[in-house]
Amino acid sequence: MEGRDATAVAVGPVPSGTPDRREGLWDLTVAAASSKTFLTGAVILVFWVLMALFWGIVAPYDPQAVDPTASLAPPSGEHWFGTDNLGRDVLSRVLAGASSVLTVAPLGTALGMVGGIAVGLVTGYYRGLVDDVIMRVVDALLAFPLIIIAVLVLSVLGSSKVNVVLVIGVVFMPIVARTVRSSVLSEREREYVAAARLRGESGGYIMVSEILPNILSPIAVEATIRLGYAIFTSATLSFLSLGIQEPSPDWGLTISLGRVYLQAAPWVVVFPALALATLVVAVNLVADGLLQAVEE
Amino acid sequence: MSLRSVQRWRRGRGGTVGRFLLRRLWLSAITLVLVSVVVFAVAEVLPGDVGRTILGPFATNEQVERLNRELGLERPLVVRYAGWLGDFVRGEWGDSFLLNTPVRPLVVERAVNSVLLGAFALAFIVPVSIGLGVLAALYRDGFIDRAISVTGLSLIALPEFVVGVIVLVIFAVELGWFPVSSQVPSANPVDVVRQFFLPSIPLMLVLFGYIARMARAGTVEALASDYVRTAVLKGLSRWALIWRHVLRNALLPTISVVSVQVGYLFGGLVVVETLFNYPGIGKLLLDSAVGHDLPVLEATVLVVALLYMLSNLVADSLYAVLNPRIRVGR
Repeated sequence: MEGRDATAVAVGPVPSGTPDRREGLWDLTVAAASSKTFLTGAVILVFWVLMALFWGIVAPYDPQAVDPTASLAPPSGEHWFGTDNLGRDVLSRVLAGASSVLTVAPLGTALGMVGGIAVGLVTGYYRGLVDDVIMRVVDALLAFPLIIIAVLVLSVLGSSKVNVVLVIGVVFMPIVARTVRSSVLSEREREYVAAARLRGESGGYIMVSEILPNILSPIAVEATIRLGYAIFTSATLSFLSLGIQEPSPDWGLTISLGRVYLQAAPWVVVFPALALATLVVAVNLVADGLLQAVEE
Repeated sequence: MSLRSVQRWRRGRGGTVGRFLLRRLWLSAITLVLVSVVVFAVAEVLPGDVGRTILGPFATNEQVERLNRELGLERPLVVRYAGWLGDFVRGEWGDSFLLNTPVRPLVVERAVNSVLLGAFALAFIVPVSIGLGVLAALYRDGFIDRAISVTGLSLIALPEFVVGVIVLVIFAVELGWFPVSSQVPSANPVDVVRQFFLPSIPLMLVLFGYIARMARAGTVEALASDYVRTAVLKGLSRWALIWRHVLRNALLPTISVVSVQVGYLFGGLVVVETLFNYPGIGKLLLDSAVGHDLPVLEATVLVVALLYMLSNLVADSLYAVLNPRIRVGR
């Protein structure tokens, strides 16, 4: 196997025991926290996470409470963001709407990351024919628009939260696998891997206990970038009415349903749109900050 | 992906335009085959009992079995796939379940509408993004540069429907400059802009960040090169320099990016056409998916894949023609 030759070359003074370049995720966060980009994004993101968890305490009204007398009321002191066609308070629905997107997107991301890391580690470490074939397939499929695949699959599987999580996870898996694989490819030539091999460690041990801790930084960056795309995708699928269903105050869904009242009551769609925009931009700022910290 | 393979190729042994295009054609063909397998799997295998789906819950089991046999569903999967693909290649796309009309004219008409809208967006945003990207590179690390890259970064992240809803509220509802839903325009240029401008904004904003970033990187690289230094020493004026030497080299990576982004453009069309109620292939895709209109759904996805492959091929040809390293084939 190719790997064995690399070991033979790297004989020389082999450092024993611990790897030489183990950067903790904590160091990365500390480095990133010094950048304004990262902090701005993190503050907004934390705000929405808090809303997703505790909207019940903050929201002025019950997001599902119908009030026929106040249908499509414009923003006022009573209803800061106005009301929708059923007289429900838009502000409360916007705050509560954070929870669905912040459940589906992180779960989909997590699924894609776990699967992608596993495939990336194995293909990157063992290389060979399987690696070639998998990467060819990944290249070809990545060329095709994600949303079209998602529409196709969800139309057959049916639209539900679980299916959106599955679709996002499965589509992300090859993308993550490719990033992880390229990190593994450069890591596996390092001396600490050679040392572990000479000690007679198994492939599984080397992948999980030696290589994985050393590629956590690029994995963290990839996870943040994926989270951004997952929010983008799950919101778009809700908007296309293939994701989360009524009566959830989900932002994408609310915008989709509120389009009918666009001319009479633009506030019904504008506020969820702005909320989604801030969340997506925040995640991208965090990703950008992390990326800069890794590169430095 | 496409960009990377182009770069890998550039670093390779070299060859001719023909060989380059052949290789790219081969990659597109693989994509097309894989997409068709996915469509076949999703549409023909996953739904389970097709006869039951068509005949509904009140048909007897014998009727369902007979229909399944007539449809050839008892044959092995590979044979069914070959037959299915063969029908599609021969142009026998079947009839729509929902509309009871032949699928082919419908899909072709909608595809043409979408290509018009997409072409309008591209024709608008490509020159603007390249211009701003070059500008950012010329004032590197200055205010303009940072403003352009920050805006570009934020705009990439925004889902198309968010941007779409906001421009609709501002320009169609509040200002009343544009219609709330877009139709296929007449040949009158004013009407073209009236119908297409708003729906293309979300598409343009997504593309802007990518193209501008690429144009900026290409320009920065070109400005640092030996041939530009030579031209400066020769006494060429600043604008002549940018026009003749820098722009041309900055264009190459930009073209590859545009060809990759065409895929996202088709994804964006699904959203934008739905939001603006425009009769394009993206809306048809969604409608047929929601309505479980399988013949239409299969045809739209395959046509989108085909269009995507064609646009990639056009971009690759342009790349090959403009790039002396491929054209000369050292």
